[in-house]
Amino acid sequence: MTPETLSRYARRASPAQAGSDRRPARFLLGLALLVAAALLWRPAHAQLRVDISGTGATQYPIAIADFSGDDAGRGIAEVIRADLTRTGQFRLVSAVGSNLTVDTPVAYDDWRARGADTLAYGSIARSPDGRYDIRYRLADTVQHGQLDGVAFTGTDRELRRIAHQIADRIYEKITGVKGVFSTHIAYVLKQGSTYELQVADADGQDPKVALRSREPIISPSWSPDGNKLAYVSFESGKPVVYVQTLASSQRVPVANYKGNNSAPSWSPDGSRLALVLTRDGLSQIYVVNADGIGLRRVTRSPMIDTEPVFSPDGGSLYFTSDRSGNPQIYQTGLDGGDPRRVTFNGSYNISPRISPDGRTLLYVSRRDGAFRIASLDLASGKETLLSDGRDDQSPSFAPNGMQVLYAAVQNGRSVLAGVSSDGRVRQTLSVLNGEVREPTWGPFPQ
Amino acid sequence: MRSRIAKSLTIAAFAATLAACSSVPLDEQGANQGGAGQGAGAGTTTGQVMDPFNPQSVLAQQRSVYFDFDSYTVSDQYRGLVETHARYLSGHPQQRIMIEGNTDERGGAEYNLALGQRRADAVRRMMTLMGVSDGQIEVISFGKEKPKATGNTEADYAENRRADIVYQR
Repeated sequence: MTPETLSRYARRASPAQAGSDRRPARFLLGLALLVAAALLWRPAHAQLRVDISGTGATQYPIAIADFSGDDAGRGIAEVIRADLTRTGQFRLVSAVGSNLTVDTPVAYDDWRARGADTLAYGSIARSPDGRYDIRYRLADTVQHGQLDGVAFTGTDRELRRIAHQIADRIYEKITGVKGVFSTHIAYVLKQGSTYELQVADADGQDPKVALRSREPIISPSWSPDGNKLAYVSFESGKPVVYVQTLASSQRVPVANYKGNNSAPSWSPDGSRLALVLTRDGLSQIYVVNADGIGLRRVTRSPMIDTEPVFSPDGGSLYFTSDRSGNPQIYQTGLDGGDPRRVTFNGSYNISPRISPDGRTLLYVSRRDGAFRIASLDLASGKETLLSDGRDDQSPSFAPNGMQVLYAAVQNGRSVLAGVSSDGRVRQTLSVLNGEVREPTWGPFPQ
Repeated sequence: MRSRIAKSLTIAAFAATLAACSSVPLDEQGANQGGAGQGAGAGTTTGQVMDPFNPQSVLAQQRSVYFDFDSYTVSDQYRGLVETHARYLSGHPQQRIMIEGNTDERGGAEYNLALGQRRADAVRRMMTLMGVSDGQIEVISFGKEKPKATGNTEADYAENRRADIVYQR
């Protein structure tokens, strides 16, 4: 499934020439990984409904034609359209009946006249071994040129992922910002008395169960390379912090001290975890190596300090503390010195998350009895309430900083909700058969 | 508010029942430990059997400390209950307990975990002041994750603002 750029060969060239010499080895490796993943990851079955409201400040008009050559081509185009639509940054121009192949000369002016500034199209062919060859191009109808062109190969099980990768390329070519459609989210699904830590595609599809338990699971946190999750499990009768490698399902308790062990959060280089222990009294913040050794206390307050998250430069921690009498967000160095208060509006601000560029802080703020997702521009001090629910919790940024994922309660059901970082576009992913809690958006794939 | 009064009345009624069943005021039950519970008829031994693993014992029956909204101190109402357990634990230094804090469902999971822990820790501090060794006690919290009452009325919330004393076998 290695992408090979299409632009290197002429349109008349046969698809088989596209970097085929390196493919077998990578294919076998990919297959081996896939088999391993399939054995260790149990697929979960969740029905999803997506609702979107609002539009972005800028909407790029784009046409995405069904990929021609195989019935699977329509599904690929549908995934790409859904990905781009959810951002609110694109307006879809119909390409119904266009029957474009990857080699069709593009009638730029016709597509421009239909209102599309860009056109995505492509071909898909099934080879004798059952694998698919997918070739895609992105045409600029204004400049009359090709913006992008790539070939992929993959099994039918990889088609969704390939479609997300194409959507990522389109998003980046047009907006200049890296797309997040190939990323993953983690969350806890509660069904009856069963808790499942699940990992799904960013669109909520293809969920897999990383851990199933009869006891609560909270606070999942992605390692920066996306290979591991730290989380809190109550399975031993109390909160204990585990680190689990997703591919192997192997896990180790990294903090199991007297009292509570909770709120793990990775350092940007993946070498350490900030977490919260009560072994010395009330909740206080500690830092420990990712393997559980080298425990060091960071905060020393007589009150609650919890929910640490590293700043993107790794040099400081944002955290929740009620040292002022009610919970607010603070920032401190890793030596715990000189904590600086960051939030001042309202009497309940918790669950800090910092944007990838370090400029924007997300948190949950209680306003008039409702818990809402707030966004604070750290330079200007301007605060924006991004959500308007009654019980919005667990915000996290997409790795490109453009979207925010959180847990909401709608019509008595707990759902996954998303909102653009500017608050203009909202979406809801309704899981129809359980309560979704503690969502967190994973990093870019590496 | 009405439900909290109802809760208080329930507790008062329970206390009155206990008082009716037992000739010994709750605060002084510890003095009877060891010799208590013998010779009394069925239904009259509540509060006298000093065995946390005997369902009839006050140690098994009265092991929850309730907290007001946004409160993290043990109210005078529960001082006697804590003292009863503290006396037993002081007399049984090998016995270990967990104090499990809980909160109502409102707010974030981690902050509630910390608040539940603060409630449980308030019970621990009172016990250690009463002479129980710190080594006998582990304070943990379930936060809002394991609610005893699953509704979302004020009465449900009040039921979940609680620290439970759990004897370890």
